[in-house]
Amino acid sequence: MNQQRSATRPLAADTRPWRDPAARPFLSIRGVTKQFGLFTAVDGIDLDIFRGELFCLLGASGCGKSTLLRMLAGFEVPTAGEILLDGQDMSTVPPHRRPTNMMFQSYALFPHMTVEKNVMYGLLREGMARAAARDRAQDMLRLVKLEKFGGRKPHQLSGGQRQRVALARALVKQPKLLLLDEPLGALDKKLREETQFELVRIQETLGTTFIVVTHDQEEAMTIATRIGVMRDGGLVQVGEPREIYEAPETRFVADFIGSVNLFEGQVDAAAPDAMRVLTRDLGPVTLRPVPGLTLGQTVWIALRPERLALSHAEPTAPNRFRALVEDVGYMGQLSIYRLRLRGGRLVQATLSSRSMEDDPISWDEEVWVSFAPTAGRVLTE
Amino acid sequence: MKRGWTLPILALLGFVFLYAPIVALVVFSFNESRLVTVWAGFSTRWYVALFNDRQILQAAWISLQVAVASATLATVFGVLAAFVLARLGRFRGRLLLTGMTTAPLVMPEVITGLSLLLLFVAMEQVLGWPGGRGMGTIIIAHTTFCLAFVAVIAQSRLRDMDESLEEAARDLGAGPVRVFFDITLPVIAPAIVAGWLLAFTLSLDDLVIASFVSGPGASTLPMVVFSKVRLGVSPDVNALATIIIAVVALSIATAGVILYRQNKRRAQGR
Repeated sequence: MNQQRSATRPLAADTRPWRDPAARPFLSIRGVTKQFGLFTAVDGIDLDIFRGELFCLLGASGCGKSTLLRMLAGFEVPTAGEILLDGQDMSTVPPHRRPTNMMFQSYALFPHMTVEKNVMYGLLREGMARAAARDRAQDMLRLVKLEKFGGRKPHQLSGGQRQRVALARALVKQPKLLLLDEPLGALDKKLREETQFELVRIQETLGTTFIVVTHDQEEAMTIATRIGVMRDGGLVQVGEPREIYEAPETRFVADFIGSVNLFEGQVDAAAPDAMRVLTRDLGPVTLRPVPGLTLGQTVWIALRPERLALSHAEPTAPNRFRALVEDVGYMGQLSIYRLRLRGGRLVQATLSSRSMEDDPISWDEEVWVSFAPTAGRVLTE
Repeated sequence: MKRGWTLPILALLGFVFLYAPIVALVVFSFNESRLVTVWAGFSTRWYVALFNDRQILQAAWISLQVAVASATLATVFGVLAAFVLARLGRFRGRLLLTGMTTAPLVMPEVITGLSLLLLFVAMEQVLGWPGGRGMGTIIIAHTTFCLAFVAVIAQSRLRDMDESLEEAARDLGAGPVRVFFDITLPVIAPAIVAGWLLAFTLSLDDLVIASFVSGPGASTLPMVVFSKVRLGVSPDVNALATIIIAVVALSIATAGVILYRQNKRRAQGR
């Protein structure tokens, strides 16, 4: 997860077309709704995706992300709305005529064909000669580092190898858009972390636009150019990983991505350079002013665990509280502290283990918890 | 760990109960004596006699044709029925179709045979078809009841099949017909072969239904055996029965091996 505090180094504008209001989207999803009987799986989604993006649709199971992906592939027909790919309406195009390809969660490798035949299949269907198709399939297998496995059947491969065959097969037709349904979901943790970077490498090599469906927020943070967080069939927030993490717009997003301490309170006083929120658990908290709030309005302060500082000596930060260390979880590079505030509320703080070497804090100690006015994010919903 | 003797003994008794008659039949088929129950030394003379018996050879040929034809027809219709039941989801009359497809599994053969006979007679009067009863009517009758077995086997295989395989093929540019022949058929092929073999043996075995719907000149092997035995058991019937047992056992074993291998490979594949 992104822990850097330093200001974002500005990238060239053309690498982030979503920041450019004049940029033309490559894929335009407009008011797309999908109903199964009385159940609304996808509810009026508007989304623009740009060429070369690696866009992650992130959400818990049942949030409609897979249904949206299947509509892009053509396996489901939207109840309402339209899908424009490169300016062309896709809604009536059957799946086998779309310039998209999909990598399935189960990989869906054809069990009765060899790896090479699996990869060649799509090329033969578009009428390519067998020899040329075999060459292209070999190129693809080389890209996923499986050139020696062309003669094997899928059941003779490991899970990670099957995943790469599925990727090669989906990419071999050079689709305009590659749809990936939980591409790393079936791999174990260690392999998944390696494969994340492999996936990004392949995406950058080919420049294909990827749309990845995942429920794993760390995976989305690692690989995505932008993330769309979904809930109950709708998009809750769309943004770059850093925006989603540092500037969540709702409590749901703040809680879904990473850990967060949420404090409910009312706006108590506001000045041009600072505002005060009166919370039940922390008392008055000083924060940077947020425009558009009224006095007395109920807000939630979202504090990331790594934004909290712990010390034995009383800190100078305006927001400081006494707390009792209840538990310390040593995670290697990080340590997670569970602290009981005077009011009885539990908060979580994450500190780098090395930063605590000079002033070690252990169980059952009374310590100071503090945070800067800029650390808290004020949420209204 | 010490194992008790009770279980092996019970198992042995069970096997004896099941297979002693068959073993006796096979042993006596190699008997020299004309008397079925008196052992007089090893001989294959009854097999030789069998292969010189025109009536039996002809019946065997008819049975074989009926079995191949009805197994093939039952496989085609059974797979179609399985597709409808496994893939079409919920539709009006689904429950009725399920019941009607599988009813022949539990329907007494006498009733199946009788009802088909009545149907053929009525059809002949009204439509003029089928003109008389014979091999054609036996094939139709066998198809109807073998279809149920094929449908059940194919349906379970289709249910187990990962539908994303077909979606993946469509996604890669194959039209629906292409998907069926490239993906669906090869994946469910073992079930189809097993279903065909089962239908083949069922048809080869059947006496009751065939007796109802057959006509002059179209006696199947079981019918000939049965009529021979009514005149007294002769040793060449033992020889014939041994051959039938061998053929049936072989096809059932083949079907079993195919299905077992399929399951094992799928278990590995996951």
